[in-house]
Amino acid sequence: MLHVNNVEAVYSKIILALKGMSLHVPEGKIVALLGSNGAGKSTTLKSISGLLSGEGGQITAGTIEFQGKKLNNITPDVIVKNGIFLCMEGRHVFRDLTVEENLMAGAYSRKDRTNIKADMEKIFVYFPKLKALRSRKAGYLSGGEQQMLAIGRGIMAKPKLLLLDEPSLGIAPLLVKEIFQIIKRINEEEGTSMLVVEQNANVALSIADYGYIMENGRVVMQGKADYLLSNEEVREHYLGIGKEEKNYKENKVYRRRQRVVW
Amino acid sequence: MTFFLQMLVTGVVVGSIYGLVALGFVLIYRASGALNLANGEFVIIGPYICLILMTAYKIPFIYALLITLIFSAVLGLVVERLVIRPIQNAPVVSVIMATIGLSSLLGGAVHMIWGHQTRTFPPVFPQTPINIAGVIISPVYLWSFIVVVLLLVIFSLFFKFSKMGIAMRAVADDRQAALSMGMSVKYVYAATWTIAAVVAAVGGVLLGNINGLSPTMSAIGLTVLPVVILGGLDSVLGAIVGGFIIGVVQNLAGGYLDPLVGGGLKDVVPFIIVLLILMLKPHGLFGSRRIERV
Repeated sequence: MLHVNNVEAVYSKIILALKGMSLHVPEGKIVALLGSNGAGKSTTLKSISGLLSGEGGQITAGTIEFQGKKLNNITPDVIVKNGIFLCMEGRHVFRDLTVEENLMAGAYSRKDRTNIKADMEKIFVYFPKLKALRSRKAGYLSGGEQQMLAIGRGIMAKPKLLLLDEPSLGIAPLLVKEIFQIIKRINEEEGTSMLVVEQNANVALSIADYGYIMENGRVVMQGKADYLLSNEEVREHYLGIGKEEKNYKENKVYRRRQRVVW
Repeated sequence: MTFFLQMLVTGVVVGSIYGLVALGFVLIYRASGALNLANGEFVIIGPYICLILMTAYKIPFIYALLITLIFSAVLGLVVERLVIRPIQNAPVVSVIMATIGLSSLLGGAVHMIWGHQTRTFPPVFPQTPINIAGVIISPVYLWSFIVVVLLLVIFSLFFKFSKMGIAMRAVADDRQAALSMGMSVKYVYAATWTIAAVVAAVGGVLLGNINGLSPTMSAIGLTVLPVVILGGLDSVLGAIVGGFIIGVVQNLAGGYLDPLVGGGLKDVVPFIIVLLILMLKPHGLFGSRRIERV
């Protein structure tokens, strides 16, 4: 469905953020994109959704294809119309708009205006907490509620592919689990394909079908979700469940092993 | 008592026009966070077009008004495209400076084309004043009031329920997020400037009908600054209510205090109100505070 091929992205014409990034999201699946800070995960999502140019960045090489259509250098509004919707990192709800108006804003690019009311009710079924808050200003919601609103706003656009940028950021662990289960449910019931960027590798891989791990602007490891979950290196570096404590005295300089570049 | 009522009614009417002109300010401030200091020029260009169409081409008022509104819409679009869009990523101060330049440019053009003498509109509204319980109101005053109330209702509904209205508020709130919703910031800005120019022209035509038309009328662009600060820079309702308050207070002060101090207080009072407002309620009566979550 979505093919990212050897994409190179540059900020301010000098800072190389993506160095040949490739990934593939199949129809109806959830794909997790993992990695540490500054690995280029968010940049990948911004390249796909066309928001890179708004931050002074550009794609200098490679192609992004969605359902056979090339997406390089297309403005964000056209990309949304094509069926790709990005839920931005840090929620970015419209603070001065009510919950309902936020959802209406999400439906901006849709052509079928008649089903909007029914779809809004559907969002309230997925996120019952939002229903009670429907006429409250979004700025006064808690972090978890805002994240639910941000995801709900994404579903209102009826995208074929939903890009989620760190839905767990700044949210209580219990709520993170709940939100990810709802994401899984939406994927199953609506058939929306998803690309989830996460630092919390554990929870992301628990709902994903396939995973990519990024480092320094490129993919360093990929595989089925259960393969990654059981992989020794991934467990140690990204899931925080190492085998035993390292003896730092013996290897005086401890370094993360460089992995093979795909 | 009748004197008081007369001052009050005059204040309400003048205030309603202040409200209209202030609305133009507020719309643009909401969308881009910049003050449009060329607003006063937008206010006078419309009525000049209307006047010329009526006197030189003998077009009936209603059609002349329609053509004027279309012209103003185009003017708003052109200004947005040529002046504002090229600097839309620049700091707000640059945008404000650009509108100052625009103000000189448009003001100069008005002087060049139509000269500096005061012109009067041919009588459009019935001239016989209406007498309501001893208070005398001229029909043009009544019409201004009706138009302003109507526009307030239309704009409130527009911002609450229409797709474009919600998009305008969304862009004002968080531009990046609005972009990610598939909203075209370009369209939203263009629509904002168009609407602001049209509203300014409506206010200008009403004012021209009351006071006559001269290039110095563009000073109203600054006179309504106290109105928007009183009402809250980003509130449509605030612009209208602020307009009424300033209009009424100004007229009462003019009626009762001017004879005591020898005149001129009328123009100072609005700014005294602004000073008080800035001390007591810096966001204005209806302006929104930024919601901060920690």
